[in-house]
Amino acid sequence: MNGTQAARADDVWKVYGKGEARVVALRGVSANFERGKFTAIMGPSGSGKSTLMHCLAGLDTVTRGTVHIGGTEVTGLGDKALTRLRRDRVGFIFQQFNLLPTLTAAENIRLPLDIAGKKPDPQWWDTVIGTVGLGDRLGHRPSQLSGGQQQRVACARALMSRPDVIFADEPTGNLDSKAGAEILSFLRSSVMEHGQTIVMVTHDPVAAGYTDRVVFLADGEIVAELDNPTPESVLEQMKAGEVLV
Amino acid sequence: MLRATLKSLLARKLRLVLSGLAVVLGVMFVAGAFVTTDTLGRTFDNLFAEGYATTDVAVKAKPKIAVAEMDGEQVDTPLPASVVATVGQVPGVREAIGVVATDGARVIGSDGKVVTSFGPPRIGMNWVGTDDIMEMRQGRGPGQDTEIAVNEAVAKAAGLKVGDRVGVLTQLPKETFTLVGVWGYTDGRDSIGGVQEVAFTEPVAQRSMLGRTGVFNQVTVRVDDGAEPADVRDRIAAQVGAGYDVKTGEQLAAESSAQFKEALGFFNNILLGFAGVALFVGTFLILNTFSIIVAQRTRELALMRALGAGRRQVINSVLVEALVIGLIAAVLGLGAGVGVGALLVTLFGSMSGGLDPAPVGVPLAAILSSLIVGVVVTVVAAVLPALRAARIAPIAAMQEVSTPDRPLTRVTVTGAVIGAAGATMLGVGLYGTSSLWLILGGVLVTFIGVALLTPLISKPVVSGLGRLFSWSVPGRLGRLNSGRNPRRTAITAAALMVGIALVTGVTVVMDSAKSSLAAQAESTVKAEIVIGGEQNGPRPPTFDPAVLAETAAVPGVRAAAGVWNDQALIDGERTYVNATDNLARLAEAYGSTPLPALRPDQMAVSTQEAAGHGWTVGSVLTVQLARGAEHRYTIAATYDEDAMPGSYLLPPAATREFGLTQPILGFVRLADGATVAQVLPQIKALVADSPEVNATDRSSYINQQAGDFDTVITMVQVLLGLAILIAVLGVVNTLALSVLERTRELGLLRAVGLGRAQTMRMVTVEAVVISVFGALLGVVVGAGLGAAVVRALESDGITDLVLPWAQMGLYLGLAAVVGVLAAVLPSIKAARLNVLAAIAHD
Repeated sequence: MNGTQAARADDVWKVYGKGEARVVALRGVSANFERGKFTAIMGPSGSGKSTLMHCLAGLDTVTRGTVHIGGTEVTGLGDKALTRLRRDRVGFIFQQFNLLPTLTAAENIRLPLDIAGKKPDPQWWDTVIGTVGLGDRLGHRPSQLSGGQQQRVACARALMSRPDVIFADEPTGNLDSKAGAEILSFLRSSVMEHGQTIVMVTHDPVAAGYTDRVVFLADGEIVAELDNPTPESVLEQMKAGEVLV
Repeated sequence: MLRATLKSLLARKLRLVLSGLAVVLGVMFVAGAFVTTDTLGRTFDNLFAEGYATTDVAVKAKPKIAVAEMDGEQVDTPLPASVVATVGQVPGVREAIGVVATDGARVIGSDGKVVTSFGPPRIGMNWVGTDDIMEMRQGRGPGQDTEIAVNEAVAKAAGLKVGDRVGVLTQLPKETFTLVGVWGYTDGRDSIGGVQEVAFTEPVAQRSMLGRTGVFNQVTVRVDDGAEPADVRDRIAAQVGAGYDVKTGEQLAAESSAQFKEALGFFNNILLGFAGVALFVGTFLILNTFSIIVAQRTRELALMRALGAGRRQVINSVLVEALVIGLIAAVLGLGAGVGVGALLVTLFGSMSGGLDPAPVGVPLAAILSSLIVGVVVTVVAAVLPALRAARIAPIAAMQEVSTPDRPLTRVTVTGAVIGAAGATMLGVGLYGTSSLWLILGGVLVTFIGVALLTPLISKPVVSGLGRLFSWSVPGRLGRLNSGRNPRRTAITAAALMVGIALVTGVTVVMDSAKSSLAAQAESTVKAEIVIGGEQNGPRPPTFDPAVLAETAAVPGVRAAAGVWNDQALIDGERTYVNATDNLARLAEAYGSTPLPALRPDQMAVSTQEAAGHGWTVGSVLTVQLARGAEHRYTIAATYDEDAMPGSYLLPPAATREFGLTQPILGFVRLADGATVAQVLPQIKALVADSPEVNATDRSSYINQQAGDFDTVITMVQVLLGLAILIAVLGVVNTLALSVLERTRELGLLRAVGLGRAQTMRMVTVEAVVISVFGALLGVVVGAGLGAAVVRALESDGITDLVLPWAQMGLYLGLAAVVGVLAAVLPSIKAARLNVLAAIAHD
């Protein structure tokens, strides 16, 4: 593993169930996710894209193969170590229910740091808050925020601990296109300006157009990769994939 | 998805089991009460049937003072030996035996201590040979006045064998006899129902149990073969005249049994009372469970409504569920109740020493009341949630439902109104009519009122309590979670409140009474040394009156006087009276203002009692004592009721006609310069022959007086512990539910790095906050209720209001522990949550 890789999967297999009910979700997937790059994982439903992300993030165990985050092998870690890893070195942005309803926006952003018993770096705090543009809404609870604002809070939370990698699972799936575009530009700029690594699962070619590279999955295998994608090139690749299938 | 559904269903089952358990416990008490009462009732039927098996007809002189079984001891009026002869002449009488058999023959065991009894009498009797059910185990009956025989129960309890020298206390001071025989009863029984029996020769029995020779207290009649006891009874009654009660053995057995059953009724009511508390608390738990289930089923119910189900059908679907749970819980409770009943009966049997319990039976009343109570309580508790379910709009099926925080105004106003109504009932009950029902109703209604106000109170209080834990992230999250659903938190806490409020209230009243009594004794009793013993059964311990004179002669003693106690009829009204060997010395020893010694036709009455009856010094009162003819006493002096023991004091001669002819208390005042340390050992030596009593210093005497209150407090704590246990189930229930509802949130927290231990701490803090909140409410409400009762009893001598801070602190501490325990399972569940599944959880 060299210093340019934020996350890496080596020959990862994931098998659910046994016998008749046996489902192979990932078949020997190997992939590198470079530091300071924004990568999209795409594929049709059931292709294994979410499973891959879960395995990379240490949320799910792999059946065979290894996963690294930064210099650490994730596979084989116990719950305690996994928890620490998630807390200190991984950021998450989910499609919805990203925030604790009892905490204010600011408290939600600070939550992973609070759990770790750390203080946020004031300069970085101001930078993140400034970029997310939540200044006056920090004291509000999630129920008082719009969907777009909630996702921005989630992004700020993921960024705050400067993790090795942020995993985003359809972060714009529940948003209208304008709010979605805001979130994606924001993620894009955090990669460009602050060198953040982001891995995003999506099925939306427009969203994939914001990234540096797209990994296409089908039936648990990587079938194609695309560097510097545009919505059009992604769509083309998707169509080609369908033809292939 | 299927797994999640199955899990949720299973979790719901667990919840139903938890809430059902509350009903089970309540019903268990109800059924247990009925089973115990029924079985003990039949036990007494059998016992007395057996006891009177060899008595066809019994003749007794009419008692001077009729006393019911539980109001004290009936003292039989002695009947002369001539009556035995008269009865023997009546046609149909095969045999008439003069019998001496009264309570109060106390055997001193081989360890030098009096053999105690916790209920069954200790009979002293004349030896008339063995009858059909008696069998000699060792030796023979007493033939000489220095000999006795005892039944096997006494021999075993006292550790005696034939040939031993045995001390026996009777109406006379300790006398020593030689044990010549031990008898038992058929079927290997040592006694009938644990009764201790000592048989003397006839003259000794008469002298020591009845006070003089030549008298009996009963004539026991066997009728001729073929003669009807009832006919013989009527003939005897006609012969002996109106001064005698003549009854058949069957009649006597039925009467005695009925009296015992009346006493059992009281016991029954206590058990039912606690069942009521348990069910009341259980209602909160069921209400909460169903509210939550309805909230969780909102979509399902809305879908039903959208598909055309009417409101009534929705209500019914909830109520039917309640009905089924209630029914199952009632049946389980009934089963458990039968077990508890059997246990109580066995316990009762072994405690009374030899009572042979009848086989456990389940009366119809137990079955009916269990089923009705179980079902009604469950269904009633489910009515509110059912109505709420019916209000769910069909559109809810299509929406992402987040139950909006309904405003608390209505529930608060209702709570305030109900609380005020409860307080009013309580006030009227305590200060106005003194009706127990009004007081109990007031307490109940007040609880409901407070429970309704609890959501409002919970916001600031829970938040405040939670701050104690806010130093850590899990603590802060736990605190925020406990404030999330004020209604649910409130009901859970209110259930805990009820039990703790009752315990606290009782403790406040008891401690206040104890302190008042001690303060009163402290300020009135000046005697440095008190002679007396601890009363375990119906008969108080007594001592040899000769001790009083001997004590007075001890150097350093300024005055010593004894107190005798009995019931008497004064101007026809039954009341407790005291007598003393010397009023002047008693006043001196007790420490009151000087009073004159009484002449044999004089008595003294408390100022308060005299004023109540309109008596003054010089009034003449008619007094009927347990024995002898009526007396007329002139009031020679009055005294403040706090300054002397008892409201009536009679002259020494009266003690000969008391039921207990020996003193129960002795007060000793020391001369100036004498110390307790010098004098006490000498007095202890003097009472050595009266092993029922001891000489103690003043403070031990006062503490001993207060000891009874501690017993009551402990009993109440144990019984109300059940109500608290049910409330704890409620906390477990609420938490299990919160964990389930917040699955996704827990997943998120775990995803962003909350460790397992931290997750458990978060859930635990929530539980502790809810529990401590409930305990806090309980302590405050209980102290308030207790204080109200104490204030109302001020005129009855409870003048001190004592708030048991230590106990109250203990309850709060226990609540915290309870919270931690209640959180164990839910927090483990929360910590074990699969992060991925939780995030994907729908």
